[in-house]
Amino acid sequence: MQLVFEKRKAVSRRAIVLVPILSFIVSLILTGFLLLAFKANPFRTYMAMFIGAFGSWSNFTETLVKATPLMLTGLGVTIAFKLRFWNIGAEGQLVFGGVAAAWVALFWSPFLPAWSLLPMVMLVGMMAGAVWAGIPALLKTRLNVDETLVTLMMNYIAILFAEGLYYGAWRDPEGYGFPGTKLFPEAAWLPRFSGRAHVGLFIAIGIGLLLWVAMNRTKWGFELNMIGKNKKAARCLGVNVKRNILVALLISGALSGLAGVSEVTAISHRLQQGLTMGYGYTAIIVAWLSQLNPIAGLFVAILMAGLLVGGDQVQMMMGLPAAMGLVLQGMILFPMLAGSLFTEYRIKRIDPRNSRAAESNEELSV
Amino acid sequence: MIPLITSIIAITLSAGTSLVYATIGEIYTERSGILNLGIEGMMLMSAVTAFATAFHTGSLLLAVLLAMLVGMLLALIHAFLSITMRANQVVSGLSITLFGTGLASFLGQRLGPESNGFNLSGMSAVKFNRLQIEGLGDIPLLGAVFNQDPLTYLVYLLIPVAWYFMYKTKFGLNLRSVGENPQTSDAMGLNVTKIRYLYTIFGGMLVGIGGAHLSLAYTPGWTENITGGRGWIVIALVIFSMWNPSRAILGAILFGGINAVQFRLQASGTDIPSAYLNMAPYVATILVLVLVTVWESHNRKVGPPAALGTSYMREDK
Repeated sequence: MQLVFEKRKAVSRRAIVLVPILSFIVSLILTGFLLLAFKANPFRTYMAMFIGAFGSWSNFTETLVKATPLMLTGLGVTIAFKLRFWNIGAEGQLVFGGVAAAWVALFWSPFLPAWSLLPMVMLVGMMAGAVWAGIPALLKTRLNVDETLVTLMMNYIAILFAEGLYYGAWRDPEGYGFPGTKLFPEAAWLPRFSGRAHVGLFIAIGIGLLLWVAMNRTKWGFELNMIGKNKKAARCLGVNVKRNILVALLISGALSGLAGVSEVTAISHRLQQGLTMGYGYTAIIVAWLSQLNPIAGLFVAILMAGLLVGGDQVQMMMGLPAAMGLVLQGMILFPMLAGSLFTEYRIKRIDPRNSRAAESNEELSV
Repeated sequence: MIPLITSIIAITLSAGTSLVYATIGEIYTERSGILNLGIEGMMLMSAVTAFATAFHTGSLLLAVLLAMLVGMLLALIHAFLSITMRANQVVSGLSITLFGTGLASFLGQRLGPESNGFNLSGMSAVKFNRLQIEGLGDIPLLGAVFNQDPLTYLVYLLIPVAWYFMYKTKFGLNLRSVGENPQTSDAMGLNVTKIRYLYTIFGGMLVGIGGAHLSLAYTPGWTENITGGRGWIVIALVIFSMWNPSRAILGAILFGGINAVQFRLQASGTDIPSAYLNMAPYVATILVLVLVTVWESHNRKVGPPAALGTSYMREDK
């Protein structure tokens, strides 16, 4: 008996839904073994994580706090990945957006009427994120420089740039040596609605819905899809590939920039250490696990945020490292990647002794 | 002046060692047609493994061996996903990095002694010391080359051997042909799957040694993100060395040199804030990448293996 892969005639819809869910379960099981190895009870740990993230309204608002930047960066990464442009620089775009937001909030307020400060902060922050993503996009489309490396290197540069500012030139002189800027004027604060959860959440959800429509119901979305599937074919059909990549990446960066804006204007109210929580990397998981579907991405972002908040809770309650949440997240993509094969292929069993093998094939999985 | 330059050369070589191991490893992997972007996660995992082993057993040999094993296991996951399961290689590599980063951080907070809250950071363990080679180590300037730790000496051997194997042996020829044209190689009777698995795992082994060098020799100890993006710089160095193991040394010297100058400037107390100084390797990576890409586009003879990053499926023919 022999197993071979056979290409499906159409992608399996069942697999598209089932694979991410199964992947999450497999990740829970595999991480469970790791927990057992460290003499922790997986069930109790997961229960604690779940309660920590979703167990009460106040816990859930914390999950929403973390879900907001994950939604925005996840959507940003989704647009780029749709084009097979591997933007892994959401982290840097977020930071640069946060830096620009801080710049406007701290230094422009004397020249602007109070009502216009927050919109200006958001606008400039998004533009900064767009610039940070636009540079690798230009290098890719003009000079064909590998975007993976450039976007990643620009993460480090943005993070160090921000560090240089809040440890140096922008450091609050009355901050007792605390690495952070002065508090922003209140006109630049993004309003909160419950606990630390803020209106950025609704903006993110709105953008997610809008993006779904744009990607599935407009010519632009159609072109993105075509470029992602086959650049050459798209070019032959008259699609301007380079311009599309640049525009998509500017939007991608702007969304991550907005995540940075909301972090500094709604959560910390200043630029300080801890702006980089790794959201830009988790965004990759959000995008891939949602199969580049913006609406699914919103839900996946909440789930991933739950893992992060749950991880923090487990650290407080059971003394396990908070990196637990990261391990769970990192583990999810493995079964996901392995399972994706089944959306396009199925396993066939071939019996070499049987000459009529072709007819007696049997579908094994999904 | 001469002692200063000697010390910069010495730090350059020490800083470059982990880069050379990982670069040669990734060159072998990419030559077989598999792009592994998981280096950063693999180096972190092998660094934490090596340090934890050295801390608990006191055996450097065991520490390096386990680090190699961890590198191989993570590479095996990548090989399984990208070769057998035909997953997207970019995303598979990224997920190795995400997973490795998370798990290394978890282990770093868990494998330490109870007295330190199970934390590994801040602990010290056995490490590779510099061994001065009698006579040669006293030569001005050049002496720095012969005043290194054992893993660095091993790198001096690895470079020519890796070059010879790739360009002068039948195995190296097979490796290169699989990365250029898997269909033809398959038709010629080469087992594409087996060769790709083999060199992906072999690459992981070398990456593992690179990780071990970080936590046992270059900056002995464990700190979160001890690699600081080295795993990514390695990917750039592979392009920089144009997939030729003998050129891996150039990139490593360049980036090791940047590290060494940074180190020196910081030690001598400069006015430049350390954050801006620390940007240097990342800015340099982008510049080098742009220059090499532009240069390569004018020289059609060099470039990535033709089948790099694409999966090969016999049934699809």
